[in-house]
Amino acid sequence: MKKVIVPIGPYHSLFEEPEYFALYCDGERVVDIEWMAGYNHRGIEKLSESKHWDQVTFLIERICGICSTSHPIAYCNAVEDLAKIEIPERAKYIRSIVGELERLHSHLLWVGLAGHFLGYNTVFMWAWKYREPILDIMEMVTGNRNHYAMMKIGGVRRDIENEDIDIIKKILDELKGKLEMLTGAVLDDPVLAARLKGVGVLTKQDIKDYGAVGPVARASGVDIDVRRDNPHAAYNLVEWKVITCQDGDVFSKAVVRLLECFESIKIIEQSLVRLKKIKGDIAIEVRYIPSGEGIGRYEAPRGECYHYVRSDGTSRPVRHKIRAPSYVNIPTFKASCIGETIADVTIILAGVDPCYCCTERAITVYDADTRKKLFDGKDLMKLSQEKTRKIKKQLGFKEK
Amino acid sequence: MEIIEQVKEKFKSKIKSVFFHNEKRVYLEIDKEDLIDVVKFIFHDLDARFITASGIDNLKDMEILYHFSLDSDGIVISLRVFIDRDNPCIESITSIVKGALNIEREMYELLGIKFLNHPGLKRFLTDEFPEGFYPLRKDSPGRAEQ
Repeated sequence: MKKVIVPIGPYHSLFEEPEYFALYCDGERVVDIEWMAGYNHRGIEKLSESKHWDQVTFLIERICGICSTSHPIAYCNAVEDLAKIEIPERAKYIRSIVGELERLHSHLLWVGLAGHFLGYNTVFMWAWKYREPILDIMEMVTGNRNHYAMMKIGGVRRDIENEDIDIIKKILDELKGKLEMLTGAVLDDPVLAARLKGVGVLTKQDIKDYGAVGPVARASGVDIDVRRDNPHAAYNLVEWKVITCQDGDVFSKAVVRLLECFESIKIIEQSLVRLKKIKGDIAIEVRYIPSGEGIGRYEAPRGECYHYVRSDGTSRPVRHKIRAPSYVNIPTFKASCIGETIADVTIILAGVDPCYCCTERAITVYDADTRKKLFDGKDLMKLSQEKTRKIKKQLGFKEK
Repeated sequence: MEIIEQVKEKFKSKIKSVFFHNEKRVYLEIDKEDLIDVVKFIFHDLDARFITASGIDNLKDMEILYHFSLDSDGIVISLRVFIDRDNPCIESITSIVKGALNIEREMYELLGIKFLNHPGLKRFLTDEFPEGFYPLRKDSPGRAEQ
């Protein structure tokens, strides 16, 4: 059979940044995968060395538009670890609330897009509709739907007013019922189960080998979550649990993300109740960062964000190393995509949740020898949606 | 800390210094020749997760920190290795940790550190940069200095 290369990217918005994947296919089967990155390398680590400690929080928010509060929390944790700063209790709860709201909207975004790839546009419409009120809360609390600029070394920048708390609670209560409906609809659907179960399986050994984190690891039964393992913000002050699944396939990843949404709501609700009772500052004044080094971690929606900072006592970091979760999650494609069909690869790539906005534009399939175009992005999406349709037919569903 | 005692007992004088920043953050300094043995022990025997490695240019030498996480205890162990700046090379740990592949490639192109026995040490992020230009080295121009 003729071998073909399927290039995905570079400007392919399945991913947080433009990246390039070459799928080596033998017929329908993927036999190897290659990753090239750097198309959107903005040199943030280098830029960070030229900014004041306080300015860096704004800079690193721009690393990712979806988890734009995760990096600042991780960075603040790192600097606070370096300077041995304890933040006020009120700030701890506010950090948790903003962090969890972000997780909610990020997971709903994923569910919607995963539905779209599979040809379930209803799921896409629902999930994105329910995501909207969360962005409204964000706008109300922080002033922005995205890039919230809430985190600051020593605490948070803005307070959450008591009047807002009641409104947030009301919106969340409404959301809970809808979310339960969506979760039930997605997890009980026989077609989705047929399409996602056993696809792109990652074993515990794969997770250890590649150092994968977040929902990708938890879906394979690896019980890690920085929020619990390395408590910070208010995560050790409220009741919640870490969700894990054992199968490691794309379905498990969906289960983990959907159930995590409910845990997030639990955390936010408890934090809001406490926030009403706690008086005091939202930040302490930090005038000077001593020399030394610090490590900060935060469980972003996609997994552990890792920041390492070093100071020489001046107003700027000497070194600021950032490791985003997708950097270790993406190489797992080597384990999960090989042996699968091209129709399934779209959802496996999406299963890791590298941020995406407008997938189909960049995929084009070329013949490996002649470089002639065989399919483009739309065709690949069609392949994936076609497969769902076939399964539907086999299961006896009628075409509407 | 018990686990650090285990590492110290196993490697004795090979651990050149131990620095506890606090009870969850430990920095161990080792020689670059002992790296593979120590990484093997931490990764396999202590069942740690490899987080990442970060290279730093100190001008007088280069430094690499290998960060490992012991998730059940919430401890981060950072192995500190100093290497010569004029000839920065060190054994690759990809034979032990598959996930280090791209992390080492990144350090190779941003700091110019050569990883020996790395299966595919080629440029990964900065395809169009001039040869021999390593942006994260302290003597390469940064935005503030320009």
